[in-house]
Amino acid sequence: MVTVTTVDTLQEAAAGVGREAVYLGGGTLVMRGVNYGDQQISEIVRLRSQDSLRVIRSEGDRIVLGAAATMGDVLRSSDCAALHVVARQVGGPAVRNMATVGGNIFAPHPYGDFAVALLALDARLRMSDGSDLDLETLLAARGSERRLIESVSIMRPAGDDFRFRKVSRVKPKGVSLMSLAAWLPRRAGRIAGARIAYGAMAPTPVRIKAVEAALEGVSLDANSISGAIAAAAQGLNPPDDPLASGWYRTQVAPVHLKRLLLGEGGR
Amino acid sequence: MTKRPVQFQLNGSPVAVFTDEGQNLLDLLRRGVGDLSPKFGCGQGTCGSCTVLVDGEPRLSCLTLAETVEGQSVETTNGLANGPDLHALQEAFMENFAAQCGYCTPGMLMAAKALLDRTPRPSREQVIEAISGNICRCTGYEPIIDAIMAASGQPVRRAG
Repeated sequence: MVTVTTVDTLQEAAAGVGREAVYLGGGTLVMRGVNYGDQQISEIVRLRSQDSLRVIRSEGDRIVLGAAATMGDVLRSSDCAALHVVARQVGGPAVRNMATVGGNIFAPHPYGDFAVALLALDARLRMSDGSDLDLETLLAARGSERRLIESVSIMRPAGDDFRFRKVSRVKPKGVSLMSLAAWLPRRAGRIAGARIAYGAMAPTPVRIKAVEAALEGVSLDANSISGAIAAAAQGLNPPDDPLASGWYRTQVAPVHLKRLLLGEGGR
Repeated sequence: MTKRPVQFQLNGSPVAVFTDEGQNLLDLLRRGVGDLSPKFGCGQGTCGSCTVLVDGEPRLSCLTLAETVEGQSVETTNGLANGPDLHALQEAFMENFAAQCGYCTPGMLMAAKALLDRTPRPSREQVIEAISGNICRCTGYEPIIDAIMAASGQPVRRAG
């Protein structure tokens, strides 16, 4: 049996999560659990209105997305133009009208493609207690996090500095075998401070720092990125699931990373 | 189990009903209100057979907590026809053989209605995108795409 508590503020909702309730954002994760009798879900806490958490705004060279902004909100936002390619690949239109930015960060493997893009774009989180946290830190301790996310601040990528690729077996709306996001800022034509993130290659989205290091100072051409391609799966132990074995994921990672970096092979 | 009162517009008419805590909108519509048009398929947001419109947007009723539609407008396939007069989409589905077993049809119709309400003359690619969250295991999709194109008054491009 499930009880539902409705509150007015994110802080009240976070207090509920602190006593083991689950927070209902868009419902695509929590209600799925309820429908399938997930025994971990005995209390749901929700906000009476999430409207104030759906705002997307510019802040200097960054974009701030409210945690309750949906994929549909992202697609309607011109500020988020670089993220449209990502949001468009999350479910169908009905899912996109429900699935939220904050919820995607907590989506279990192999879901959470949007969080992969956020991780590549240096996401910093404003938490329900007013503190700030970078996304990478939260992901490392995601299972024990009891605070809620209020908003997510990301870099606004220039030109084609941001790349995203979702690899799935079913088109157009399959679950990820692997997703890849790259933020590739360049100085005088050479990469400076790249961030590369993978989804479905670990229990949570992860940065691939060996690839980032190999890309530093190089230009984006087939010869220059060979070191990065060689490091594509370094240090990873991807999970097996019905879509692919961990071994397969490791084998194809260099192929998809090369396509991502060189802009080959469609989306 | 605590009952919660919830009021909303269903196909333009006010509804006041009690929902169980944790009950999803699909279950409330089918068992609480008696609108059997939205279907339970997967219960996890994959198949789209439970698609309804909430304030004009397609949503998955199986993943919507029923009490969250308080004060909102819900549209289901039951509201499409006007007495004996079928909606243009229903006519087009019939004329183009877009339903075989029919289980996905209510979800397909609502996804299509959401598209045509905003984009009266969509491209074929926009139609494909609009129903990309709805699974049909019978038709191979082409008759459904044709039907939606026909309902928008555009030529149907038959495969083969």
